[in-house]
Amino acid sequence: MATASAAHHDTAHDHHDHEHHDNFITKYIFSQDHKMIGKQFLVTGIFWALIGGFLSVLFRLQLGFPDLSLEFLRPLLGGWIDETGKLDPTFYLALVTMHGTIMVFFVLTAGLSGTFSNFLIPLQIGARDMASGFMNMLSYWFFFISGVIMFISLFIKTGPAGGGWVIYPPLSALEQAIPGSGLGMTLWLVAMVFFIASSLMGGINYITTIINLRTKGMSFSRLPLTIWAFFLTAVIGLLSFPVLFGAALLLVFDRSFGTSFYLSDIYIAGEALPNTGGSPVLFQHLFWFLGHPEVYIVLLPALGITSEVIATNSRKPIFGYKAMIISMLGITILSFIVWAHHMFVSGMNPFLGSIFMFLTLIIAVPSAVKVFNYLTTLWRGNLVFTPAMLFSIGLVSFFISGGLTGIFLGNSAIDIQLHDTYFVVAHFHLVMGSASFFGMVAGVYHWFPKMFGRMMDAKLGYVHFWLTFIGVYLVFFPMHYIGIAGFPRRYYNWTNFAFTDMYTDLNMFVSAAAIITFASQFIFLFNFFYSMFRGRKATQNPWRSNTLEWTTPVEPGHGNWPGEIPTVYRWPYDYSKPGAADDFIPQTVPLSQTPESNLPHEQEMVKLELEIMKEEAEVLVANESKH
Amino acid sequence: MERELKYIDMVEQPISMHPKKFALWLFMVTVVMVFAGLTSAYIVRQSEGNWLEYELPNIFWATTGMVVLSSIALHWAYYSAKKDNLINLKVGMILTVLLGIGFLVGQWYSWVALVDEQVFFVGNPSGSFLYVFTGLHGAHLISGVIFLIIVLISTFRLKVHSRAMDTMEMATTYWHFLGGLWIYLFMFLLLNH
Repeated sequence: MATASAAHHDTAHDHHDHEHHDNFITKYIFSQDHKMIGKQFLVTGIFWALIGGFLSVLFRLQLGFPDLSLEFLRPLLGGWIDETGKLDPTFYLALVTMHGTIMVFFVLTAGLSGTFSNFLIPLQIGARDMASGFMNMLSYWFFFISGVIMFISLFIKTGPAGGGWVIYPPLSALEQAIPGSGLGMTLWLVAMVFFIASSLMGGINYITTIINLRTKGMSFSRLPLTIWAFFLTAVIGLLSFPVLFGAALLLVFDRSFGTSFYLSDIYIAGEALPNTGGSPVLFQHLFWFLGHPEVYIVLLPALGITSEVIATNSRKPIFGYKAMIISMLGITILSFIVWAHHMFVSGMNPFLGSIFMFLTLIIAVPSAVKVFNYLTTLWRGNLVFTPAMLFSIGLVSFFISGGLTGIFLGNSAIDIQLHDTYFVVAHFHLVMGSASFFGMVAGVYHWFPKMFGRMMDAKLGYVHFWLTFIGVYLVFFPMHYIGIAGFPRRYYNWTNFAFTDMYTDLNMFVSAAAIITFASQFIFLFNFFYSMFRGRKATQNPWRSNTLEWTTPVEPGHGNWPGEIPTVYRWPYDYSKPGAADDFIPQTVPLSQTPESNLPHEQEMVKLELEIMKEEAEVLVANESKH
Repeated sequence: MERELKYIDMVEQPISMHPKKFALWLFMVTVVMVFAGLTSAYIVRQSEGNWLEYELPNIFWATTGMVVLSSIALHWAYYSAKKDNLINLKVGMILTVLLGIGFLVGQWYSWVALVDEQVFFVGNPSGSFLYVFTGLHGAHLISGVIFLIIVLISTFRLKVHSRAMDTMEMATTYWHFLGGLWIYLFMFLLLNH
């Protein structure tokens, strides 16, 4: 009963003091330690990010240089390059589908939430490990199996799934529709079932751990905002992934058993299919009931990481701690009642459309509150421009520029014009894709010293930041114009339309920028792996931060703290407190030790704090003598 | 005093529950969401018309009775375990398992009855939905029966008694939940078919 004893970790009996003897397999492969599982998620996520990014380079080559001979890719793509050196059009569809699937689910859900929820939750709330280490391990291995299946689907003869990452039926339901709807789609669905199981096991663990295993004094009003963000992300996942499971289950029945949940009155080559009575719009409702919250599953952890990084590196308390929590709660709730704004052109009742439009626009309020709070935290702070800080500021920038176009698209009257154009592509790549990606990278730079005990190289970090930051804007900003001009997404080429001629250069420009941005990620990759082994040794608290993870040894062992788990006496944002000697006071410093900086209401609590600490010391001594 | 309470509120170990029990509750939330999604899909699809009308198999009344009886039997077993009345515990557990298996058999016969009525899994979604509801619920119920059998085995090894109630409590919670879920599905079908 490891979990039961973990629940009572600060009773006198402490099983973690025993030396653990791990061999290679239990330490690096089937590890149940949350830190190792977090790193496993990170490395797997980076692997998938490279594949997802590489796929996007392939289709950007096609879009930017439609006349280019891709003969040089034949060794890699083989039959997908035809005799004239052109990319196969159905493979193009598979490329965009897999790019979307990989980036949304494997990189920004598993790679982001999986890494940082696992790594940071126990460290920041003061727990020895997750509630169930075994389930945590299963969560990673289900994700791994899911990845293997998805990876295999890239190499099969008919190609991977090609119906878009939203897999709308009937395109995805009928094998006859496109080659990608055959085996590729089956593998996609199987992989996603494993992925959903992995996410749910992870989410159950995160919520259980945050609610039940916080250390003494760590009340909800003292949790770092990262933990709040991971908590709400897990809640969203727990409520929305099961619905995707239901939707996928019905799709599997339609594909493999001949039911008609989503299929009706379809003629293929003049022959009527037997299916009758199904509704393809039903799938869209079920899918977007997950699909929209998924956006926040991707974004909220990045926002949480940013809150922590910006507060630390501005040397200021986060502005509006409670407002941040309430905003995130608001986003969580609203995320479940706006899904139909993805379906304004599905023939829905315009009145219903207005309701969803209204609800969608309300999300702008909590989002704006968050942006305001980031900016006011930065305002007149003693800014320390670490790479993590730069990436966090970059996130705020993308959140603003991408969020503004969200207000456009939330209006059904405009959305009907811009639906499925490159305007939408620009919008979500900025606000969801790039913002979350920047949050993830910021997290890696910031917590690298805690993960590997060494520092990443800051200069390479700056180069990586500026190339990526400028690159992302060069890629996605022109897409707004292309979209307004009427370019539809997911088209193999536009050479048949005369109006597109004047944008050929712009598309070429976007593709060149995309290739440079992708290439600059290898700077990060080098920095990451080089610093892991050769980086400068980290100190215990390199960013002079307040949260609990920096009170552990430089390389925390199994159980995180060698002795007692520290008690928490204050919130995590006591930076530059007037009167204090240092510009940061860690959460573990009792109020009684800082009379010079206590606020009047804190001073009142000091006496009680001392009394309780004395009692605790007596209990501790009594327990010691029992042994 | 009030001041002290306020302080303790902030510094004491926060309220915590047995982590496994808590995780079980979260798992049940996910199951609720699956069925909430599917039953909503049913309503949305039904409102679009072209909906096959048919009689619900009468055997559902019998299976509903069985699932209610099994919950009562399990609760009796649970109280017996609390009072260390191990004989009643074993009898109650065996009854519950048998009633659970009886429910599953009954659900199978409901499918037979549907086929006799010319309602097939493949065809109008109105029938397919019924098969999905009963099938998916049945799959969860099988997991519940397996859980009960595991607890039953540990009762015979004398591992369930008033001071070792954790797995027993979890099995009870899960089983009541599955029974309640069936009653919800049955009521839903009675009202919306």
